[in-house]
Amino acid sequence: MSQNGKAIGLLQWIKSNLFSSYLNTFLTVISIWIVYISVPPVIQWALLDANWIGSSRDDCTKEGACWVYIGFWFKQIMYGRYPETEVWRVNVSYALLVGALIPLFITGFKHKSLLTLFLLFVYPIISYFLFIGDSFGLPLVETSLWGGLFLTLVISLVGIVASLPIGIMLALGRRSNMPIISALSIGFIEIWRGVPLITVLFMSSVMFPLFLPEGMNFDKLIRALVGVMLFSAAYIAEVVRGGLQAVPKGQIEAAEALGMSYWNTMGLIVMPQALKMVIPGIVNSFIALFKDTTLVLTIGLFDLLGTIQIIGTNADWLGFHIEGYVFTAFIFWTFCFGMSRYSMNLEKKLHTGH
Amino acid sequence: MAEEITQSQKPSKPLVWNDPVYRALFFQVLVLGGVISLGYILVSNTLINLERQGIASGFGFLRGTAGFSILMTLIDYSEEDSYFWAFVVSLLNTLLVAGIGIFFATILGFFIGVCRLSSNWMLSKIAAVYIETLRNIPLLLQIFFWYFGVLRGLPSPGNSISILDSYFLNIRGLYSPSPIFEDGFDLILWAIFAAFVGIFCIFRWARKRQQETGQQFPVFFSSFGLMIGLPLIATVFAGFPLSWEYPVLKGFNFTGGFVIIPELVALSLALSLYTASFIAEIVRAGILAISRGQTEASYALGLQTWPTLRLVVIPQALRVIIPPLTNQYLNLTKNSSLAAAIAYPDLVLVFAGTVLMQTGQAVEIIAITMAVYLAISLVISAFMNWYNKKMALVES
Repeated sequence: MSQNGKAIGLLQWIKSNLFSSYLNTFLTVISIWIVYISVPPVIQWALLDANWIGSSRDDCTKEGACWVYIGFWFKQIMYGRYPETEVWRVNVSYALLVGALIPLFITGFKHKSLLTLFLLFVYPIISYFLFIGDSFGLPLVETSLWGGLFLTLVISLVGIVASLPIGIMLALGRRSNMPIISALSIGFIEIWRGVPLITVLFMSSVMFPLFLPEGMNFDKLIRALVGVMLFSAAYIAEVVRGGLQAVPKGQIEAAEALGMSYWNTMGLIVMPQALKMVIPGIVNSFIALFKDTTLVLTIGLFDLLGTIQIIGTNADWLGFHIEGYVFTAFIFWTFCFGMSRYSMNLEKKLHTGH
Repeated sequence: MAEEITQSQKPSKPLVWNDPVYRALFFQVLVLGGVISLGYILVSNTLINLERQGIASGFGFLRGTAGFSILMTLIDYSEEDSYFWAFVVSLLNTLLVAGIGIFFATILGFFIGVCRLSSNWMLSKIAAVYIETLRNIPLLLQIFFWYFGVLRGLPSPGNSISILDSYFLNIRGLYSPSPIFEDGFDLILWAIFAAFVGIFCIFRWARKRQQETGQQFPVFFSSFGLMIGLPLIATVFAGFPLSWEYPVLKGFNFTGGFVIIPELVALSLALSLYTASFIAEIVRAGILAISRGQTEASYALGLQTWPTLRLVVIPQALRVIIPPLTNQYLNLTKNSSLAAAIAYPDLVLVFAGTVLMQTGQAVEIIAITMAVYLAISLVISAFMNWYNKKMALVES
């Protein structure tokens, strides 16, 4: 905020940024008017006139938003129809995830690769047994009961983590010198990137049962997860391909000169560099996948948005659509905005390293 | 001594399993074999399951009678038409909503992108808030918000909001007057066609003239004049061959005119606003990518702000903007399939929804649907590749 190295005061800043010319002044007036007609009514509705405490519809006496609605249905919004007595299992898994993720953000931490391996390989198994149960003395909870934010997180995290290895293989295949492998990889990537996710979900829920031999039945959630995984793998493949192209060719040539095989070169030299460069891209893919999980409502799985839709049809609580949508939008916005800020920070950090 | 070294230095042919050529061949044959056997297993399982469930195979179902009505059709359609015709109608609906979305998203996106770069702090911040809010909320949620949240609040037909006494807005849609084309209208169409040809010729001639003599010709204004003037003259000559059929409230509903259904409005609105936020970021990145030196050099040569933008900045910025822009167009077209969630009769809802439920032929229907979207993607990608090649910087 200084010109020519001199610090300028607030009035000077206002004059140069907001009122420097006639056009600027006009634009500033229009902008202030836009803010005036949009922000105060929203604050009035959402905060000042809103009802916060209560237990039934009759407690919504003021004209603003009825957040009692959200409070009443909070358990369903968070966990779907997961039995109340077993919700602690989901919470334990969340705590484990957060506990394992926090050290990864501390720059000085020494065992990051060990932690990452734990997160990628051990944590999913622990979570699987926690969520489904039917072993170690835990009662079974069917996947049809999973819902709400819990289901959204399951679908997006499983989708991204499972699609990473497939995506990496596809990216390597696309750049391969062997014509059949590169043709198959390109075909796979282009087909899955060219179709909308909703058709992939329809395909997974309607066509997958036809592919399986008689008698074998797959859970609806598993079918959706497979569809999401294959879809996401194609996008991850393109992101990783960008990273592979950015690794200098000299690295591969030096590795070949040292006599390293293809897989040694890829695993020890190229992949660590490429993946480090595309972590922001992968985080962006995760954000997109997180938003796209809302589509599973079209095949009968009730994630966060699906749960809000179902709640909105409950006879006792009609007419509170807007509160539901605003709250859901707030949750999605918090997650996505937070992740995109992190990804931008990461990009800045990684660029200064080069 | 020298011969011994030469002898041992002769490159020896590697063993077969170490020879890269044979290894590559082996792997490819292995992978191809694996893919083919996987395909064989899937296909045979599918055929067994289809036969077991009594579902027919093949594309003959396209000739069957549809037996259902479609909420909005751009061309004539009735319940006795074939499934193939229902497919065509829903495909046109998809292209319609994609076209409307692309048009408005581009205009709004460019506008907001430029606002984001404005030197006016308030305008820039408002644009930033718009972009960050709409980018991070799922599109389906935005569609639901507009459809279930906003448009459901509209009044019933009896209490419609009327604009100019010819447009009526209510919960069933926006009822507008429809044009009736009378006899002389052909002349106007010919006039529009002639205007296009004329504009094209003016373009070519003006460019040639500028390259030879350096004189600029006001192409924009003359094209504008031609585009408005020729059809206007034709209209006068043909005696104003256009009349309107106004919607009239009869009982509980409107007759006459045509209706823009709320599903289309909600879908176009959500798609445009959502994609505009991505396009704004792309435009901003494109303009920021042009080094400041270009603008400074242009000012040093004496060009004012607008000619600088028009002749120096925007052509270069377009080179950076167009590839991600076509990607967003593709995303918008694919996102239009979300119409299935609010019952707008697009390709997915009608074909992969209703027709699939009626005939049960999932494999053929989903294959056709995916093929349509793939075809649209490939066309747009091909255009982008052509454009990239044309605009590529030729390093001398």
